[in-house]
Amino acid sequence: MSIGIVLIGVAVILVLYLVGMYNGFVILRTRIQEALSGIDVQLKRRADLIPNLVETVKGYAKHEKEVFENVTKARASMMSAGSLNEKAEANNQLSGALKSLFAVAEAYPDLKANTNFQDLQRQLEDTEDKVAFSRQFYNSNVLEYNNKIQMVPDSIIAGMFGFKIAEFFAATEEEKKKVDVKF
Amino acid sequence: MTIYSQISSNKQKTFFIFALFIILLSGFFYIIGLYYGNASSYLLIGLFISSCTSVISYYFSDQIVLFSVGAKPADKERHFNFYTAGENIAIAAGLPMPKLYVIPDSAPNAFATGRDPKHAVVCVTEGLLTMMDRAELEGVVAHELSHVKNYDMLVMTVVSVLVGTVSLISDWILRSMWWGGGRNDDDNGGNRNPLIFIFLLIALIIAPLTATLIQLAISRKREYLADADAALLTRRPKELAAALEKIAGYPIGMKTATTATAHLFISNPFKKNKKGNWFISLFSTHPPIEERIQILRTM
Repeated sequence: MSIGIVLIGVAVILVLYLVGMYNGFVILRTRIQEALSGIDVQLKRRADLIPNLVETVKGYAKHEKEVFENVTKARASMMSAGSLNEKAEANNQLSGALKSLFAVAEAYPDLKANTNFQDLQRQLEDTEDKVAFSRQFYNSNVLEYNNKIQMVPDSIIAGMFGFKIAEFFAATEEEKKKVDVKF
Repeated sequence: MTIYSQISSNKQKTFFIFALFIILLSGFFYIIGLYYGNASSYLLIGLFISSCTSVISYYFSDQIVLFSVGAKPADKERHFNFYTAGENIAIAAGLPMPKLYVIPDSAPNAFATGRDPKHAVVCVTEGLLTMMDRAELEGVVAHELSHVKNYDMLVMTVVSVLVGTVSLISDWILRSMWWGGGRNDDDNGGNRNPLIFIFLLIALIIAPLTATLIQLAISRKREYLADADAALLTRRPKELAAALEKIAGYPIGMKTATTATAHLFISNPFKKNKKGNWFISLFSTHPPIEERIQILRTM
């Protein structure tokens, strides 16, 4: 009789433990999705600023067609990117194209003095920072989740219910160099 | 210590501080009541005042502090770097966007307030905004937001309102005794016991002292922790070190800071060479800034 009660008790505790573990995975996974949509918001903001920028620069530097094309193309591929890798890739491409656009702008003093241009440049730089920060937040969430679902005994439950390892959002080579925090 | 144990220890501390505050202040009123021969009603007054102050300081301490330092809301156009730094660090920490305020003071300094991340406020001086570049500003904002995330600000802001209240009350009582002392002599001279009077004096000294000790007990280690968190958020500890160096190197203290709010700031708002604040130098609320800079540099 009393052994039966103990067994039932153990079983209940075990089930509760497993439910808690499962819910923990779900919470972490939802956080990753949230963080990912945070990145998307910033990428979208970035994309939205670009047509305006191209128009402004065109007003001063009509002949730099190739630069405009590159920027527009990179923007289009970022808008259509589906997977995480594609997004990261397109975002890096856009950064490169914008860099050459701003390099071109250096040669046009009138353009550089244009307040509209200055404001756009400021906002683009800011959005770039925001992309970087939201990616960092995303990656730290992925790290926590991946660590958790790979450790025993969590890994067994994670495997049973199909929790898969999440992908990191890759940074550009240049940005990787900036990270020099050691603990 | 993990972040979660830091949070729960801060919440416990806040509760403990409220309890201590209510007991201390009520006891203080009780002693005054003994002096006037009406102990129980004074005790009730003490209980009432201290509970009200506790409730008010929990819900409104952020607004009280912002008001007391004369802070104004930041404007996205005028304070673009500050505003976007606030947005960015909130993104990096996964916190809601804090409310941002600017103090019109040319001494560089910053503090945060708010009882939880949803009510977070980050406040900087105009001097800080003119002296710092973007990365340094981000470091400072990250330090402040880390305080909010760890619930340091709950404890610290509540304490600053409570300390302010204690010093107000002791001030008020000292004054009323000073002026009212002669008048009462004839009425109840028999009740006057020199021993009670000594008790009263001790209470008058001990109350503000204890309050300041609370202030001291709270501040130092969490500054190191917030520095480390900030470095993790921005990934640029050197810039925060540079920012701290600039703040420490500025020769003039802040105009609007008081004993009650000093511990809120990223760096002690009173400078060593400022005369008349011997009390502050007795109780240093901040770890030496040189040490913090050095730790950040080796990260």
